[in-house]
Amino acid sequence: MGEILLPLLILCPLAASMIVSVSAGRMGACAIGTVACTGVGISAVISIILSITLLSGPPAGVLQVTLWPWMHIAGFSADIAFMLDRVSMVMILVVTIVGLLIHVYAAGYMRDDPGIARFFGCMTLFVAAMLVLVLASDLLCLFIGWEGVGLCSYLLIGFWYNDPANTAAARKAFYMTRMGDVALLCGLLLLATATGSLRIGAVLAAVTNGQLAPSGVNLAALFILVGALAKSAQIPFQTWLPDAMAGPTPTSALIHAATMVTAGIYLIARLHDLFAMATPIMALTAILGTLTLLMGACTALVQSDLKRILAWSTISQLGYMFLALGCGVWQAALFHLMTHAFFKALLFLTAGAVIMRTGHEQDIFRLGGLRHAMPGLSAAFAVGASALAGLPLVTAGFYSKEMILSGVWHVHFGLTREWTLSGHPLWGIALLGAFLTALYIFRCVFIVFCGKKQGTSATGRTSRLMSIPLGCLCFLSLCGGVIEMPDTLPPLHLFSTLLDPKTPLSHADEPIWLVLAGALAPLAGLGVAWVLWGRATPVMHEIPGQAAIIRLARTGWGMDALYDRVFVQPFRLLTWLTHHDVLAHAITATGRLTQAVSGRIFQARTGFLDILSIWGSRGTGWMAYLLGQLDNGRVRWYAAWIAGGLCAGLAMAVLS
Amino acid sequence: MNPLPALVLLPVVGGGLAWLAEHIQPHTTTPARDASWWVVLGILTVETLLLVMVTFHHPAHAGPWLGHFSVPWIPAMGIAIRLDMDGLSLSLIWLSLILCFLCVFLATRQVTVNAGAFHFLFLATLTGIIGTFLATDLFLFFFFWELMLVPMFVLIAAWGHEDRQRAAMKFFMFTQGSGLLMLLSILGLVIAHYQESGELTFDYFTLAHTPLSPAVSMLLMLGFFIAFAVKLPVVPVHVWLPDAHTQAPTAASVLLAGILLKTGGYGMIRFNVMLFPDAASHFAPIAMGLGVAGILYGAWLSCAQDDVKRLIAYSSISHMGFVLLGIFTGSRMGMQGAIIQMLAHGLSTAALFLIAGAIQDRLHTRDMYRIGGLWTAMPRLSTAGLFFAVASLGMPGLGNFAGEFLVLLATWHVSPTTATLTTAGLVLSAIYALRMVNRIFLAASRPDQHPIQDFPVRQMAVFACIMVFLVVLGLYPQPFMMFSAPSPLSVTAVTSREGATP
Repeated sequence: MGEILLPLLILCPLAASMIVSVSAGRMGACAIGTVACTGVGISAVISIILSITLLSGPPAGVLQVTLWPWMHIAGFSADIAFMLDRVSMVMILVVTIVGLLIHVYAAGYMRDDPGIARFFGCMTLFVAAMLVLVLASDLLCLFIGWEGVGLCSYLLIGFWYNDPANTAAARKAFYMTRMGDVALLCGLLLLATATGSLRIGAVLAAVTNGQLAPSGVNLAALFILVGALAKSAQIPFQTWLPDAMAGPTPTSALIHAATMVTAGIYLIARLHDLFAMATPIMALTAILGTLTLLMGACTALVQSDLKRILAWSTISQLGYMFLALGCGVWQAALFHLMTHAFFKALLFLTAGAVIMRTGHEQDIFRLGGLRHAMPGLSAAFAVGASALAGLPLVTAGFYSKEMILSGVWHVHFGLTREWTLSGHPLWGIALLGAFLTALYIFRCVFIVFCGKKQGTSATGRTSRLMSIPLGCLCFLSLCGGVIEMPDTLPPLHLFSTLLDPKTPLSHADEPIWLVLAGALAPLAGLGVAWVLWGRATPVMHEIPGQAAIIRLARTGWGMDALYDRVFVQPFRLLTWLTHHDVLAHAITATGRLTQAVSGRIFQARTGFLDILSIWGSRGTGWMAYLLGQLDNGRVRWYAAWIAGGLCAGLAMAVLS
Repeated sequence: MNPLPALVLLPVVGGGLAWLAEHIQPHTTTPARDASWWVVLGILTVETLLLVMVTFHHPAHAGPWLGHFSVPWIPAMGIAIRLDMDGLSLSLIWLSLILCFLCVFLATRQVTVNAGAFHFLFLATLTGIIGTFLATDLFLFFFFWELMLVPMFVLIAAWGHEDRQRAAMKFFMFTQGSGLLMLLSILGLVIAHYQESGELTFDYFTLAHTPLSPAVSMLLMLGFFIAFAVKLPVVPVHVWLPDAHTQAPTAASVLLAGILLKTGGYGMIRFNVMLFPDAASHFAPIAMGLGVAGILYGAWLSCAQDDVKRLIAYSSISHMGFVLLGIFTGSRMGMQGAIIQMLAHGLSTAALFLIAGAIQDRLHTRDMYRIGGLWTAMPRLSTAGLFFAVASLGMPGLGNFAGEFLVLLATWHVSPTTATLTTAGLVLSAIYALRMVNRIFLAASRPDQHPIQDFPVRQMAVFACIMVFLVVLGLYPQPFMMFSAPSPLSVTAVTSREGATP
């Protein structure tokens, strides 16, 4: 049965996408929403069925389906093949269930948009591409989904194409991720050349057997890491994600929660055996993740656009996941990916509803005191914020962040024989990040929902179609984390044993203050935020913008401007300079030159002939004159000439 | 009856009929140009039936050659009319026919001035192309090579756009000049063979076994290479292409980009690599360098164009760079990648030229700034445009990616650095494709836009077929790879002689 259900899982959203796109203009908004939600809904049901089947089977059971050979030639073979194991099971559950909730919400949110058919065509295609990505058992097949999500994100970010800024943001997202895709492609080429196949199992076996030289493993891991960094918007590729807010809010939720940015995390978690062989790359991953999480949190702290705060917080949370991946605790990264999907979808969808009801106002300082006008949404946002901050015990975010922090504490990178890198400083920064996370998200909560009422007034009600998904996500954000707990609390390890039954992740020797520190940091952040922004007479309303560093932070540390100067402007200038094909000009110029030269030669020739003919004619004239002089008709002269000639002739004959 | 000569001659004869059809019945109710159009449609249908017959007719001998035909032409000089068909030529002829149908359905009916002559020249070009793909006598090959040139020249010079004379002249001079170099090479090869064996022949299979010194072999190979390089085109000699593609009428652009460029790739496989394998492998580093230069240079310039057709033309240069790269990697994988790339590029670029032509018919401009966004007014045309632009940027799952991936993989085997450099072309391809999409499809429409008519459903169905074909080529290229592989020479010579003797 699984052999049929697995392709069907992908086919359902794909079919929905086809139906919606083909029937554009002929179906009502309601029907389009229904078709799209049905498509994703069926695959959610299928993924639940498949998960139950998989879990009831043996612990290492894997469902393999090879649909057809893609290319089989001497030296390389690839198939269109899918595989369901426990890692991809977690992913399909997240993608389809969170995706379904977002689709239901979007059916309400986009009801009045004229482009709704195009919107849902892309959204369902997005889900289908993501499912291809997570289910592929062949890296080349994975690459289809990998580029597919990039394309769909491009179409959705630039969905409102009438504003050039939106399409520019869409293109930026595509270009930056495409650079990563190209790096990933290089990694695939390297692995394919070394192993002759891109089947994930075969590649990992080849790597662990030592079929690849260590330098080859490192290079492949580096290429794949660059691809993942670009897709997941980590340093140095982070600039595309804040701009991606240009799309409709459900799109942002889908990109940030269920699809797209999680692809990088999934890829590295999937290939963790490969990365385990490349210690320097692991260290690099961890360091970049740490830097990103700190930078994202600092930037989010000074933003004033509601959606941008959430965007930077996504970058920061993805930094946590990369940190976990770099430290080898990929189970923790996947766990955080799952809980993050819940609360980030909740935050985005709530923010979307708030923005919709306040007349498209996104500046947090123009919103304020909204908890009276929209208590339900305020509660939902507060739940999402607590989960993001990781308030201890009651939220899902706490457990997943705790798992990452304890994993980071224990890690040691043996880079060279003498030089090892301890995980303690990384842990410290991650803890600081947890404090900042609570600080920035509760700053946002207090400013938007508490405090005095600002100019913008809320209108209307949130439709039921939109509030039901919010309720579900609230539940998941609060209770989705209790399946995995630190050892200091009841040692419950459902999630990690689910993923990897052989090597359960347990740190029995964990000092208790480690968990306490992880629990206290968000509380401290909450407290400071309350003191600064929450009380009836807040200490400060806005972080002062005069300081240069804050202005810099507000623009994402000037990275955009830097890239613009270093890459975009020179590229524009160069393309403008070479706008006219230089080579073509050179060749045309050569042609012109030849023409000119032949013209000159022609002129010279005519000139020479002219001179020649003039002299010739003159010469002939003189000769004619001379002859005319001779030919004067006087017989005596003739006789004299003849006699003279004879004498001369005889003299010559005699003398010679 | 042997179908091969019929396959070659039918289009040109039919073209003559189409021309006559315009003149014979000027008084009937059907407009004259429609009469010639119907004749063309009929001829192409018959041609397709013939091709179906050839495809599914299994030859008596089990060799890789599917068909063979030979009669002496000028016996005194050893010239024969010799046609042979293998998987490579068959698949390229299929591509030609599909594109001709596309043109006939979508473009040639719009020609109003002298439609009969237009159709005649159109089909005459097709004859030249099919002949080129089939001829295995070098003199005959040269004959067809030149034959496809002349009608195309007239098509551009007479029915083209504003700057057509200059573009047509450039096209003619470049291709004709390089064709003469090929003639010299052919004569050189024939004379070398004559001195060696005392037999004067132009036969491909006989000449293939001529023992040559490395220097002579390299020289002759270069003669062929330059002729094919101009056609493909390879970067320093691509100059004719942007002008010719831009100025040509839509149908001619489609033929040029879709098939004429492929004759260059075909020639490189059939003549450079197979006739002079040693010289070609010595020359490979330079050729691969030229291929990479073409990929990057074409993509780079494509990013800077404002004229839609020019943009597509430069992207063609970039895509054909992959073909050159693949052919000269020296492996079967690269060769197959190049063939897949030729097929996919033929389809996607032809479709893009048709769309650009449709836009020009409606808005009378090719400048992207003056076209403005079309999605609101023409959602169907824009969907098709978006799809083919995405195909041309190398989206996995579509045909172009399959070809590019195989070429890159084969290149990586030879030199990882070259392959890494080549992948930069993929980033550039994203830039030009999406720039086009965001200028003319997904963009705000111009305020002064007149109401325009979208593609009717019938035309959209034609495009949908091409889309399906590209998806199939991208997701299941295996049968095409098996089918379109060129027959290796060593096998061919023997089996085709066996086929010829009884």
